[in-house]
Amino acid sequence: MVSIEDIQNEIIDEFSMFEDWEERYQYMIDLGKDLPLIDDQYKTDSNIIKGCQSKVWVHAEMNDDKIAFTADSDAIITKGIIAILIRVFSNQHPKDIIDANTDFIDQIGLKEHLSPTRANGLVSMVKQLKMYAIAYQTQLN
Amino acid sequence: MFNVQDIRKDFPILSRKVNGKPLVYFDNAATSQTPQQVIDTIVDYYSNYNANIHRGVHTLSQEATDLYEQARQNIQAHFNAKFSHEIILTSGTTHSINLVANGFSSLLKKGDDIIVSALEHHSNIVPWQMLCERTGAHLKVIPMNEDGELIMEAYDKLLSKNTKLVFVNHISNALGTINPIETIIEKAHAVGAAVLIDGAQACPHVKPDVQKLDVDFYVASAHKMCGPTGVGMLYGKASWLNKLPPYQGGGEMIAEVTFEKTTYASLPHKFEAGTPNIAGGIAFGAAIKYMNTIGFEAIAAYENELLHYATEKLLQIEGLKIYGTSESKTSVISFNLNNIHPYDVGTILDKLGIAVRTGHHCAQPIMDFYKIPGTVRASFAFYNTKKEIDALVEGVKKAKMMLS
Repeated sequence: MVSIEDIQNEIIDEFSMFEDWEERYQYMIDLGKDLPLIDDQYKTDSNIIKGCQSKVWVHAEMNDDKIAFTADSDAIITKGIIAILIRVFSNQHPKDIIDANTDFIDQIGLKEHLSPTRANGLVSMVKQLKMYAIAYQTQLN
Repeated sequence: MFNVQDIRKDFPILSRKVNGKPLVYFDNAATSQTPQQVIDTIVDYYSNYNANIHRGVHTLSQEATDLYEQARQNIQAHFNAKFSHEIILTSGTTHSINLVANGFSSLLKKGDDIIVSALEHHSNIVPWQMLCERTGAHLKVIPMNEDGELIMEAYDKLLSKNTKLVFVNHISNALGTINPIETIIEKAHAVGAAVLIDGAQACPHVKPDVQKLDVDFYVASAHKMCGPTGVGMLYGKASWLNKLPPYQGGGEMIAEVTFEKTTYASLPHKFEAGTPNIAGGIAFGAAIKYMNTIGFEAIAAYENELLHYATEKLLQIEGLKIYGTSESKTSVISFNLNNIHPYDVGTILDKLGIAVRTGHHCAQPIMDFYKIPGTVRASFAFYNTKKEIDALVEGVKKAKMMLS
């Protein structure tokens, strides 16, 4: 299993190749377009995280002591960032998710999207991923 | 003589950069920018006059009081209110609306009707819903058509002897539609109902004459008309303001207090409990003076030119749809690109230094009407230029290319 930190470093490496914001955003937009992130049956109101502007859905499942996350958004840039977050946090042990930080977002030039005052639901999404991890960790204990 | 390049020099913020690009500020319907003359007024107040008003015998307090009351008179003159005590200084439009809604809770009873329009901002829906919950009155809604105009025949049918209040915005914040408030007021008065007009979006573009309109209440915010945030006004006919009970208790609003009974101060102080936003009130007066120096006719003519230029240019982009297509509208363009989420368009535009608003614009019922999650809204002010509109058009094309 690749650790959360290793995945974050991979992503930082990938983003370091981009020369400007346009290339970074184009990459995220493509990530957003590529992935069917969540099964439609989980796109329910109870799985919705309300940001002010774009909707974010998150679903979590436990497989072999690891949490698999799927998620989606109605805005494509948000979806691109979700794809990155899922890549980092999915298929990891709950404890590792709880302990992980999200500083890498800053290092790949996307800090503004995870600012607590940003109205896009992503901050709540990270919080929600960690809440799931805490809940599953409690079950394991 | 209207010269936009000279006017731009009055606004220091317009020369800053955002994300390495010259700022193009098209979020004027949310808040307008502040000219140096208004900024200077605030600095001057805190540098030379800062004191609490209305009670002090010392010179500073007297001078500050004079400045504050002078501002009230400027506002009175601007809106052509009959008396300066009909101008209540508040923290803004939302506060003004709540003040009236609260006052009416003691005047309404079960079976009474309140009419609002489908074009309202949440701040002109929620206080009335709360009022209805408290009093048992019914909230009725004037519907809108595809162009974003109110359907006046429907309004006629909603009116009855049970109608006690009608609340409509002068201009819609989400779509820019100018509502026929003269007719709305006249018809409401014919059944004996009072009318509150929310002028938050109108006051940056037009100069309302409250006596000519014969409106009962008119509300506005300073920060949408080149003034500071946190201050606004409520105009009310003296006869109505005298009828309404005070909104908040505190200093300033009393005539006499004993533990047995308090008698309230006369207008406008009855509704101005506590120490007000003194610097803000004075700066509000300065902002109104500034806008009048430029002249509302010149402002309206120039903004109309910007609106038509931008509408024409934007509509050349394939897949772009404009919401709010009334002939009678101000310099606001609400649009979407095909199936692209407005949030994505706004994010790309921000990267290009262009400030627009995205989302439901606190007018969810309108978005529900069009069955969309929101729009991108570009709103122009008299200090914007066609060159900036060109930058917006290029930005939208770029966003479309990246997001499609």
